Amino acid sequence: MKGLIFALCVLMATPLFAVQPSEVLSDPVLESRAREISKELRCLVCRNENIDESNAQLAEDLRLLVRERLLAGDSNVSVINYIVERYGEYVLLKPTLTGANKLLWVAGPLMLLLALGVGIGFVRRRQNETTIDELSEAEKAHLESLMKD
Amino acid sequence: MLVELGHFALVLAFFIACVQTVLPLIGAHFGRRALMDLAAPAALVHLVLIAFSFCVLTYAFVRSDFSVKLVVENSHTLKPMLYKVAGVWGNHEGSMLLWVLILALFGAAAALFGANLPTTLKARVIAVQGSIGVAFLAFILFTSNPFVRLATPPMDGQDLNPLLQDPGLAFHPPFLYLGYVGLSMTFSFAVAALLEGRVDAAWGRWVRPWTLAAWVFLTIGIGLGSWWAYYELGWGGFWFWDPVENASFMPWLFAAALLHSAIVVEKRESLKAWTILLAILAFGFSLIGTFLVRSGVITSVHAFANDPERGIFILMILGVFMGGALILFSLRAASMESRGVFAVASRETALILNNILLAVAAFVVFIGTIWPLVAEAFWDRKLSVGAPFFDAAFTPFFTALAIILPIGAMMPWKRAKISTVLRKLIPSMVLAFAVLALVFVMQTGKSLLGPIGLGLGIWLLSGATQDIASKLGKKRDLSRLLRLPRADWGRFLAHGGLGITIAGIAGLTAWTVEDIRVVQVGEAFEVAGYTITLDNVARKQGPNYITTMADMTLFDGAQKIATLHPEKRNYPVAGMPTTEAGIDSGFLRDVYVVIGDVQSNGGWAVRTYVKPLANWIWGGTIIMALGGLMSLTDRRYRVAAGARKTALTPKGVPAE
Repeated sequence: MKGLIFALCVLMATPLFAVQPSEVLSDPVLESRAREISKELRCLVCRNENIDESNAQLAEDLRLLVRERLLAGDSNVSVINYIVERYGEYVLLKPTLTGANKLLWVAGPLMLLLALGVGIGFVRRRQNETTIDELSEAEKAHLESLMKD
Repeated sequence: MLVELGHFALVLAFFIACVQTVLPLIGAHFGRRALMDLAAPAALVHLVLIAFSFCVLTYAFVRSDFSVKLVVENSHTLKPMLYKVAGVWGNHEGSMLLWVLILALFGAAAALFGANLPTTLKARVIAVQGSIGVAFLAFILFTSNPFVRLATPPMDGQDLNPLLQDPGLAFHPPFLYLGYVGLSMTFSFAVAALLEGRVDAAWGRWVRPWTLAAWVFLTIGIGLGSWWAYYELGWGGFWFWDPVENASFMPWLFAAALLHSAIVVEKRESLKAWTILLAILAFGFSLIGTFLVRSGVITSVHAFANDPERGIFILMILGVFMGGALILFSLRAASMESRGVFAVASRETALILNNILLAVAAFVVFIGTIWPLVAEAFWDRKLSVGAPFFDAAFTPFFTALAIILPIGAMMPWKRAKISTVLRKLIPSMVLAFAVLALVFVMQTGKSLLGPIGLGLGIWLLSGATQDIASKLGKKRDLSRLLRLPRADWGRFLAHGGLGITIAGIAGLTAWTVEDIRVVQVGEAFEVAGYTITLDNVARKQGPNYITTMADMTLFDGAQKIATLHPEKRNYPVAGMPTTEAGIDSGFLRDVYVVIGDVQSNGGWAVRTYVKPLANWIWGGTIIMALGGLMSLTDRRYRVAAGARKTALTPKGVPAE
């Protein structure tokens, strides 16, 4: 079912043809930069697609805008900033590290540290109980003397 | 009339499910045998009623009964039979009916194959399973009735979404549901064990087959969905980190963690409380997935079931079951102390690390999926969390998991010497690093992703091979291979399969070559060493669509390898186009062509991809699922499933 709905949503932007041949820049370096930037920008009318994959009109406009800015000599960062200024933070597929978003980025590592802490504590406790099972030095000596007999 | 009977059967099933929940629980609490014995027959009647209801709906779709609203909205007389049937679950209401059908199937399977369970545990498991049935039957009856009639039936239906009219996607939902709902079984076992107040090795052995089965079905379901996306969406992506995909991926990660921790419970009577918690959480994430997808909170732009009433209902179900189970857990967890003792270096520790990494990875997926909601609710920020975030935040945990996996798999229980294990694995390490270095030199200057991924894949594959080879003993007696427990084979296949999938993902992501151009009919062009000619483009009529089909020939040098027929279909009833890529599948690469629109100069827009190792992704997935199946048929579960040998094994019953 999830797949179905996923399909439904993807299809709203008819998955036909994203980047058109006419859009491709003649300079391969600039074009590959354009593709790289496009993968980080969201098609605002689609569900979860970047503008590189989307077939929506808005995505095409954005792709052309990206290429226009690149031709004008902008760096990747300034192209992205240019688009964020006009369309808002929502357009970024990779959330920035500002404000509360820091929480999003550190959540995984924090959780790992927490889990490792709990895990290490548990393993330590399990290990300590092992020592109870083990023979003390005196017992070992006694055992050895018994074995010798 | 039949349709009303189907509806009525559903109402009856609701009351039977109530009986199935309440009476056995009372019986188990007060030790009344008669009440406990009601559980099994109730579960069977519950299944029969829902199966009847489901058959009625299917019959309405097959017969194109357009007096039923759901059939009108999702079917058409011209549609091929396969998709008429698939149309039953290709919508919200019908898919919920499939949900409760599978739920009832698992409940009945516990009733049929649970002969070796203690009486009270069996009664409680079936009762808890019944209570989930009560909740979801109420959900269907009150918010999503599939049997609504139309006063004036139209002449024909509105057709099923064309993208869904595809064999890969026709079978995708049933497998996913068998997985999601299969986790309800482990949940029922966990809650029943909490009610009993006892978790022991036997419990671990009972619960593991259900987890394995759920995990196998989820693996197949996710694999089918991803394969479908690859060939159907027209640009060869296989994973999008879409909330809907994440909804299925989180339970998969939890199920994977659970089936490893259940081994520790079974073999070493340790990690009991954690395993119970995982079983609760795994099903919880199934429910969260259901909520995310059906409430429309996350997918508000193009929601499929954008109905707040439904969302609130599912949220209530989630709250009651998770809240209840977690409260019960907090009351009883203390009584489930671990018994097994083990050293820091031991398989137990390795499996704990496996669980930590899988659970944290699932947590990262979860927080990324709900972050847009959180950010909007608390800070009024409208933002997106997409593939770039998940790639960056999820991959490190999974990479770490892949690195420790072969080492952990070869560690003995209780007490191990890491240096001994590492020394044994030197050949795999050398091989993996050699591949990494070789690929790094060959690709010159591309991202590190390809070499690292391929090296990891080889490390897993070679480590799994060494693991199973180590079972042969000093004499390298190959005949022992056939006598190994199937669980050993299962582990080999599942871990090796994961390696293949990781290598495939790395290869495809790092080295895909793309070409976009306008091609005239008769013209040849070159992509990554291959020559492709566009021979012809013709319009053809399909059963319920019109297609523009291209004939293309693929050459390697002068040698013809394949003819490809990419299509652009248009479904007039649904008014929607789809692409059918032309793919030449190979062991080392796929050549993938898509035909686009005709251009002003008479040429056609053509997109070509060469995708290295694409098939490894799904090949590895199939091998992983096979590994799960192999473990499922291990002798200890067959023996555990009871001396009472049953000849018939209905679909989706894993106890056998």
